[in-house]
Amino acid sequence: MAAPLTLLLILAVTIRAALYRSSLADLIAERVEVVSPLTAWKRVVEGLALLDLGVSPYAGDVFHETPLIIYLFHFLVDYAEITFMVSAINDVFVVPIQFRKQKYALEAERYPLDCLELIRSPKEMYYIPLKVAMFYLLNPFTILSCVAKSTCGLNNAVIALFILTTIKGNVLLSAIFLSLATYQSIYPLTLCAPALLYLTQRQYIPVNFRRFSFWWFVAQYAFMYLGSLFVMICLSFFLLGSWDYLPSVYGFILSVPDLTPNIGLFWYFFAEMFEHFRLFFLCVFQINIFFYTIPLSIKLKEHPVFLIFMQLAVISIFKSYPTVGDIALYLAFLPVWSHLHRFLRNIFLVSCVLLACSALFPVLWHLWIYAGSANSNFYYAITLLFNVAQILLVSDYFYAFLRREHHLSYGLYLKRKDGSEATLVLK
Amino acid sequence: MAAHRCSRSALLLILCGLTLFTAADSQETTVNGGHHASAVKNPQTSTETADQTTEQPAVEERRWEATEVEEATPDDAAADKQDSPVPETVVLTSVPQPKDDFQEELVIRPLHSGDIYASFQFRTVWETDFTRGNKVSHYRLFPKSLGQVISKFSVRELHISFTQGYWRTMQWGQPFQPAPPGAELWVWFQDSVTDVDSTWKELTNVLSGIFCASLNFIDSTNTVQPSASFKPLGIGNVTDHRFLRYATLPREIVCTENLTPWKKLLPCGSKAGLAVLLKSEKLFHSSFHSQAVHIRPMCQDWECKTTSWELRQTLNVVFDLHTSAQGKREWSLFKMFSRTLTEACPLASSSKIYIDITDNPEGEQFEVSPATPLLSQASVLGDRRTFSVYDLTQQITFGTVRSLNLLIRWKSSEGDMLRPLLHGERYVAGYGLQTGEIHTLMYNYHPYRSFPVLLLDSVPWYLRLYIHTLTVTSKGKDNKPSYIHYQPSKDRVRPHLLEMLVQLPPNSVTEVTVQFERALLKWTEYTPDPNHGFYVGSSVISSLVPSIVAMDTNSTRERPLFSSFFPCKEESSYFVRVYTEPLLVNLPTPDFSMPYNVICLTCTVVAVGYGSLYNLLTRSFQIEEPNPGLAKRIANVIRKMRGVPPL
Repeated sequence: MAAPLTLLLILAVTIRAALYRSSLADLIAERVEVVSPLTAWKRVVEGLALLDLGVSPYAGDVFHETPLIIYLFHFLVDYAEITFMVSAINDVFVVPIQFRKQKYALEAERYPLDCLELIRSPKEMYYIPLKVAMFYLLNPFTILSCVAKSTCGLNNAVIALFILTTIKGNVLLSAIFLSLATYQSIYPLTLCAPALLYLTQRQYIPVNFRRFSFWWFVAQYAFMYLGSLFVMICLSFFLLGSWDYLPSVYGFILSVPDLTPNIGLFWYFFAEMFEHFRLFFLCVFQINIFFYTIPLSIKLKEHPVFLIFMQLAVISIFKSYPTVGDIALYLAFLPVWSHLHRFLRNIFLVSCVLLACSALFPVLWHLWIYAGSANSNFYYAITLLFNVAQILLVSDYFYAFLRREHHLSYGLYLKRKDGSEATLVLK
Repeated sequence: MAAHRCSRSALLLILCGLTLFTAADSQETTVNGGHHASAVKNPQTSTETADQTTEQPAVEERRWEATEVEEATPDDAAADKQDSPVPETVVLTSVPQPKDDFQEELVIRPLHSGDIYASFQFRTVWETDFTRGNKVSHYRLFPKSLGQVISKFSVRELHISFTQGYWRTMQWGQPFQPAPPGAELWVWFQDSVTDVDSTWKELTNVLSGIFCASLNFIDSTNTVQPSASFKPLGIGNVTDHRFLRYATLPREIVCTENLTPWKKLLPCGSKAGLAVLLKSEKLFHSSFHSQAVHIRPMCQDWECKTTSWELRQTLNVVFDLHTSAQGKREWSLFKMFSRTLTEACPLASSSKIYIDITDNPEGEQFEVSPATPLLSQASVLGDRRTFSVYDLTQQITFGTVRSLNLLIRWKSSEGDMLRPLLHGERYVAGYGLQTGEIHTLMYNYHPYRSFPVLLLDSVPWYLRLYIHTLTVTSKGKDNKPSYIHYQPSKDRVRPHLLEMLVQLPPNSVTEVTVQFERALLKWTEYTPDPNHGFYVGSSVISSLVPSIVAMDTNSTRERPLFSSFFPCKEESSYFVRVYTEPLLVNLPTPDFSMPYNVICLTCTVVAVGYGSLYNLLTRSFQIEEPNPGLAKRIANVIRKMRGVPPL
């Protein structure tokens, strides 16, 4: 296990190092699919330059990272390598999550006999961490994002640390990393629910709204979470000496003033929006991201790890400035759900569409921006298709997960009353 | 106090004699008389100082300076003639009005490219104070519309210019009054103004009405507060740039509708004097046209105890006479303006035409007719120039035909121009609609002196500048600016402002580059012709350029108007402002025909996401029951009606 993992790490580092040294790095760093106004390295450098000029980095509308990030890079001289290293370490951290996952799946002993083929063998489980690491480290999306020095890598690292500490059962660290992730970009706020569900499950506290122990635990977690968030916000205030960063970071994420094209749904929609409906649709689109938390946590309250996956996917599809780095994070979970593959309905179609879209992004961008022979609709069409494919992918996994759960409790080969083979439908 | 009483008794006398005047009028005059009684002795002292200072310059100059002083009384008489009613002469002679003075002049400079540069200047100086609490309500020469603007908005200085075309420094030399293409407005407010931004907004709207221009499009997105480039040109020690606003509209088209209100501000309108030449059909058939209004407070005398307000209206025009004269190199006033001059403006204390003959001392290049014996020398823009002077207040100038039609006939086309020492250029580099780079080139042609220049760039927010990519290189080496003032833009709120002080090495080109990113705007934020591109205003290069000749530092001395615009603090250098070309930058555009489609399609995708999750969240798996056939279903309905259990 250790040897292949080391080999994988060396391979991943080599690829990244080679790309850093090549002339492709500058090209990749300019790609709108890889960097967003929030995460672009160029903008971080601009923020540092403004800081050197004695101007607040938030005085302008170029820098939108959080104050802690800019001070982190202000004190770290070796900027380029650090992002790269953190991004690599991040993935190594994601790996052990799956060790925990094993135990969880092994409990499946108590299911009906004919479901045995649904349950993963320990041998399969053994290779899952390696597969996850491979899926993340060698994913072209991650590599691109890392080579472009997108700060998205740092966000992913924080979220991975949060998942790790949650699964290890460390309440304090989990709360701290979650608040750090929230502080970086508001959306991980929705990961509160799966964290609470997982931690209560681990500590054998029943999720019962009438029980005091449940509320006490929620209060504890909320206190730790809000406390560390408060500390971070105050720390930023004291570093900068002003609250300028709040509208510049969070206002920027929520009100979407920068319509630079990206792979998300926001940019063209709000570029073409009628002025008097702008606020309404802005609210609808932002609430849309947070809205899924409640029904998903109710439905998946027994399976918080899958809930984390769903939340991450929803965030990365519907967030205001998505990049391929965000997608890479939830794609890394896919090997964990390898046992669902037999229930996936249209994985072939979806993966073809995703691949085709990834190839078409640069082509249509070139046609629009450089060749002038296409217009914005071409690029927009591809972002639409890409997002539809992602939605289908996620809902397909959700469907497969629910179906497996159903089979686990009712048996794999269901029969109709008259003894013929039954087909399952959603009703 | 005695003077005060005296003036009051004189007023009483007038009031008795004056039956035509209404009560309101008389009130106004008392206010004026009372207020200005203390300033009675000023005209005398100022003429005295003028006399003293005229002793030093060249002989030729003294000739017209002397006539200047004598002229004062005929001018008044002429003014009275204009205003005709007899009793008013009594008013003007017995009660001293606040002294105002109007001068007009036209400078004609044949350019080496074969073009003709004509520069009109009209100056009204009024010894009054708009800023004190009392209202100034009696206007004589000063236009009332502008006077009210000054007092209402507490303006300290106002400079506005409308320009069509770009001044080609390398072919034409330095202009007397530089101006960027389009409209430019910069205003210093009094430090008593509390809300400068709203005052500025109101002021631009009022000026927009006065000049029939789109100045109302000036808002916070194209207004900057330069920290060093635009210092007050008049007196004033307030240099806190919070009271300064600067804006340009590079896209503004200047035409007749701007010229007409501008001409109306002149005391004689376009009826008499030099202004009769300002016919729009000729003025706008030119290579370059620039008209400006400058208002500033000035010292009345050398000691600067009292201030007066100066209104300077300038109009610069460059005619391309090659095309209009069918290859013949000769021109006349009639050819240029389709008018000849017959008289000076009767209200003007001085009315002169200067023709630059520096390059033509022996008449070998061109020939001017009618010839004039009057010559004048002035040091302007770092050079001592010689001018032939035609004094329009002298009847002899018009000769026997009672009209003046200056004629220049070129003899040879050789000769080289004195190259301007400072020159600027700008362009956008890069391709595609994603990023780009602004290059600004600053040329120092001085053979051995280096001098510092202030570069001001105001770039709209939709070109996002990356200040960390700023490079300044001269002669292949990095040239670090000694001062940088950078204000980053805020989306839809304010533009980028970049000001820096760069030392230009002798005989060199300094290149300033900065990268930018083009933003995608909301579809309503594009101009009606979005693929034409967006204009970025000119960079402003301001500098004190080392002078070859000693400059005139005395600001109160009588000088030709064209040489006295920029105040000169020291003899060894002179102030120059150079404007670069405006930029035209393309931005990526959305498809403007698509808003409904985009809203529908994006909402559909969101709905697909919502729908599929909703489906999975709310439904549960069930074993599919076989679908009963249509006949069976109908039979079941019938059975249900009959009350029989279904099949």
